[in-house]
Amino acid sequence: MIEIKDIRHQYNNNHEIVFKDWQIENNQQWLLLGESGSGKTTLLHILTGILKPTQGSVKINNTEIYQLSPKALDQFRGQHVGIVFQKPHLLKSLSITENLQLTQSLAGLEVNTNRIDEVLDSLNILSKKNSKPDQLSQGQLQRASIARAVLNKPTLLIADEPTSSLDDKNAQAVLNLLLEQSQLNHTTLVIATHDQRIKEAFTNTYSLL
Amino acid sequence: MSPFKLSWKNLWSKPLNAILNILLITFGTCILTVLLLASTQIEQKLENNSKDIDLVVGAKGSPLQLILSSIYYIDFPTGNIPLKEANELARNPFVKRAVPLALGDNYNGVRIVGTDTNYIGLYNLKIKEGKFWQEDMDATIGTTVAKEQNLKVGDTFYGGHGLTGMSDQHKEHAYKVVGILTPQRNVTDNLILTNVASIWHMHDDGEAHAHEGHNHADFKSEQETEGKEITSLLIQYRSPMSVVMFPRMVNQMASLQSASPAMESTRLFSLIGVGVDTLQWFAVLIMLVAGVSVFVNLYNSLKERTYDLAVMRTLGASRLKLFIIIILEGLILTVIGSLIGLAVGHGILQIIGSYQESSQARLTGLIFLSQEIYLLLIGLGIGIFAAIIPAIQAYRSNISKILAKN
Repeated sequence: MIEIKDIRHQYNNNHEIVFKDWQIENNQQWLLLGESGSGKTTLLHILTGILKPTQGSVKINNTEIYQLSPKALDQFRGQHVGIVFQKPHLLKSLSITENLQLTQSLAGLEVNTNRIDEVLDSLNILSKKNSKPDQLSQGQLQRASIARAVLNKPTLLIADEPTSSLDDKNAQAVLNLLLEQSQLNHTTLVIATHDQRIKEAFTNTYSLL
Repeated sequence: MSPFKLSWKNLWSKPLNAILNILLITFGTCILTVLLLASTQIEQKLENNSKDIDLVVGAKGSPLQLILSSIYYIDFPTGNIPLKEANELARNPFVKRAVPLALGDNYNGVRIVGTDTNYIGLYNLKIKEGKFWQEDMDATIGTTVAKEQNLKVGDTFYGGHGLTGMSDQHKEHAYKVVGILTPQRNVTDNLILTNVASIWHMHDDGEAHAHEGHNHADFKSEQETEGKEITSLLIQYRSPMSVVMFPRMVNQMASLQSASPAMESTRLFSLIGVGVDTLQWFAVLIMLVAGVSVFVNLYNSLKERTYDLAVMRTLGASRLKLFIIIILEGLILTVIGSLIGLAVGHGILQIIGSYQESSQARLTGLIFLSQEIYLLLIGLGIGIFAAIIPAIQAYRSNISKILAKN
């Protein structure tokens, strides 16, 4: 279960954003809706433990994440939160498999090649496992970045504007992949977007005004 | 996946940059290695050869030339001195040991040195094969001479007049090799030793015949020394007191001068030292440029990678881990460069040595000095120095800001 409570965040220029309390049950799928500038990214960063809010608490699986030491928080994030960025951002110097091995070892987990193959297979890019990122197409890269996000079976899978730069067909495909993967890995899914096209797929919505 | 592997992979994702940086470090370290090895060896050789000689007495002229010709056998002698005056000095109470030298002949460029048995004691010579010279025209040769000139005990050869060419040979008298020395690791490896009388035989034939039958050119009776000359006299003092008194006494004699090997070697080395210093600064400059180049390389790659590094943070990497990865990248470049530089430096010196003509001062790349560790440490230092600013930046980066910018 993920829970945020009494969150306020104030930037240096004194612009303060107040966020409604939010409770997410395990294995739920949520849409985080909001226009750009509404604080969507800020909330995502607070939720994933990379931006400490001025006030309030974030609990993931009963762990008060901002009470952890910086190093423990890094480790916690690696194990419990998976993030799909708008762009894939795989390390160019490493092959796909190596990127995924890095994901396991940075989270403090054992390198498990069976798990890596399993995830790559479920995303249909197992044949690319030894390729470097620049040898993959855009779609394959997106799949690889999803593979990285779900690899450690995180409690929370977050996708930040995963569809905004895609056409209808591809947007639908990525959305399906995310839904499918969150179910497959028993992961809670939160998609942050201002893309109205994918609204229908979700019953749970958290809107920022 | 270890930080080292990550650093390594990242460096080699841009091989040209990595190679350029390694090359610069290699170049700098290589020059420093060659300088270090060469100057240490030259210094050692200078010291080894003049180890037990306190003073050289010879004809008036350049003191440095006197030392070079009588101790290192490189330059031409300053001239000759009367044997009579040399004998007087040798008997002086300040003198513990005096060794006469008669130079002026060579065999295929190897110097033939006329001297007496004191020379054996002075250089602590030992025989490997045969015996020391006794009769006139006996020759005991250094180990390198035996090898390079292909001479064995029992062989005979003709000396040539002068210190280099063999155009003017003394055909009347042949030297006979009676012994070969053990390797001494100093200048005597490259000499042919005989008695002083043999040299005299070569040069004033008419008179020499009168002396045939006399074994030693040692300082005998007054009438025998009349008109004879030697090249120089190597002196060992009896006591430290002599240092003050003896040179002054020698220099007051009209035809003689004295030169201290220690002093002249220092002077010689300070002359070479200017060149060494210049090269050293040049190498330091290159190392500095290399350091800046590594810095620029890491700094630029950091700018390209800020997002990648931020993503690594979201995957669980701590700040410290990123710091270590960047520092390691600097270290990998400079340590590889330093190691290659050391190896190439040794190789170059070995090649230089094999092309050197005079075997007197031959350099070798096959010795290793403890100071080379410092060169490696300098490399390490440059690596850390170049990487520290990018590493601190990576450590301090605000990942939320970086990710939000996308």
